[in-house]
Amino acid sequence: MTRVLIVDDHRLFRSGVRAELGDSIEVVGEAEDVDTAVKAINELQPDVVLLDVHMPGGGGQEVLRRVLGSGSQVRFLALSVSDAAEDVIGVIRGGARGYVTKNISGKELADAIRRVAEGDAVFSPRLAGFVLDAFASTEAPSIDPELDSLTQREREVLRLIARGYAYKEIAKELFISVKTVETHVSSVLRKLQLSNRHELSRWATARRLV
Amino acid sequence: MTDQKTLAEPGQSPPYRRMMRPMEGRLVGGVAQGLATQLKLDPVVIRLMFVLLSVVGGVGGVAYAVLWMITPREPYQGEPPPRDWSQLAAFTAIGIALFAFGFLTGASGGGIGMLPFAVGGIGGLILWQQADPERRKHWVTGATKSIRKNRVRTLLGVMLVVAGGVGFLVMEGQLHEAGQGLLFTGVVVGGLAVIAAPWLAGLWKELQLERRERIRQEERAEVAAMVHDSVLHTLTLIQRVAHDPREVTRLARAQERELRNWLYQPAQDADATLAAAVRRIAAEEEDAHGVPIEVVCVGDIDLDAGGRLAAMLKAARQAMVNAAKYSESPSISVYAEVEGEEVTIFVKDRGKGFDLDAVPADRMGIRESIIGRMERHGGSARVRTEPGEGTEVMLTMKVEKQ
Repeated sequence: MTRVLIVDDHRLFRSGVRAELGDSIEVVGEAEDVDTAVKAINELQPDVVLLDVHMPGGGGQEVLRRVLGSGSQVRFLALSVSDAAEDVIGVIRGGARGYVTKNISGKELADAIRRVAEGDAVFSPRLAGFVLDAFASTEAPSIDPELDSLTQREREVLRLIARGYAYKEIAKELFISVKTVETHVSSVLRKLQLSNRHELSRWATARRLV
Repeated sequence: MTDQKTLAEPGQSPPYRRMMRPMEGRLVGGVAQGLATQLKLDPVVIRLMFVLLSVVGGVGGVAYAVLWMITPREPYQGEPPPRDWSQLAAFTAIGIALFAFGFLTGASGGGIGMLPFAVGGIGGLILWQQADPERRKHWVTGATKSIRKNRVRTLLGVMLVVAGGVGFLVMEGQLHEAGQGLLFTGVVVGGLAVIAAPWLAGLWKELQLERRERIRQEERAEVAAMVHDSVLHTLTLIQRVAHDPREVTRLARAQERELRNWLYQPAQDADATLAAAVRRIAAEEEDAHGVPIEVVCVGDIDLDAGGRLAAMLKAARQAMVNAAKYSESPSISVYAEVEGEEVTIFVKDRGKGFDLDAVPADRMGIRESIIGRMERHGGSARVRTEPGEGTEVMLTMKVEKQ
């Protein structure tokens, strides 16, 4: 069974998630700020950390920096009420393997946790939209074409996610297997995290200001 | 307090009005106050100028007296307000100090005997400064503000005065003689600047702090207004309709959307661009039917004058209405994309779906309002549905790239 640590500064929300996840997923602990989160992750070694983006002491990005910076292989799924581009792109670039908003249903959340635990990526429709927008909006020549642009297939997959399709529906639509869909999404996640053109971050910041 | 009141706001007083001597905030006759209002300067600057001119050969005193006589008093109702004696004392102290320095630097024959006055004057000034921090702050705030506002003018003025003075002395052949006096004056001014620098810096810092605090307070007030006007209001409404879960959800969603827009979305004119219009329509239909509508937009475009995008938006709205009313889907996804010259909008639900061929010919919703409308405006619409599989409406329109 997947072992999960819930990191969120709202106690009500933590107990809500715990109740919603039910028996399908084992919640091994909770943490309420950056320091307790880092400590709990190191002690409990959960499979997946459900990570809130806004928290006292530096937020989710600080947890990512400290845990992943020390070479840990723990996987993170960001869970936030915010759907601002800055937050979404920031936490993904920081190393989270997925981003979902807090109004997600318990069943969908459990699916997302399982998927992240298996090493796949989880994109919400909005995150997919952000990625499409970010990769489309720049016309500057890229340094590394392999990392700095999406393939036709990846775009198709992202577009379907943005349209509200589940992975299974995408697989059916494109006549590919669910595993292939997951591979495409993971590949997009890799590009999102590794592409070193600053346009991504700049784009995310600028989106607030337009 | 008086200083702030006279910091003339542009547009507050009509231009070219006659100079008056106000009763409120006057120190002696209200001349400096009136002049300051007229010149849009801080009265402190004018007062210092009068003091300085009085020390240098008494010109200031004469000018003050003349202005007092020719300037009418501003009409004032009721008891005349009391003068600010502490400020008056401060200016007197400055005057005496300057006067004493004039003697010391050899401008007149006072010699060493004036030293106690100079020391006393400066001491009094410092004491006064420390005794009344509130006024001290306004004092400096006012002066720096008016100098900042007219930085170019001030600089130009100073340059002109210096150039004029030097030119005059050169023409008269007295530059050499005056040189000594100027040198001493320079030394004294430099010395004063060195003495005053630390607390001037302190005041500056304090001023910055105060400004930052004010900005923070304004922001807090805005947040408080937002919370009060909408969030608290909604919470009250929710308590009242607690027996109706559908209405509770609807209210909560509407409030969430409003807060989100306020927090994350830039202020947009909903009638200007496609993405903003799609978001607005989705919000309206979500409100009307109580079904959550998730909107994702990629790219954006200004709405065209020809009304093709407006027609497309109407079709999209109809698709949302259908999904909300008939599909029984818990939520609806809307995806709008602008790519090159093509605009696409998808409206998808996970509801019960239907058999497209079985829809009676007289049902206008899909055939007329969506497909017909899109085709009339040069676009196309496709509906994909199957019983039990949900429905997706795809709208496509070509536009000219702006």
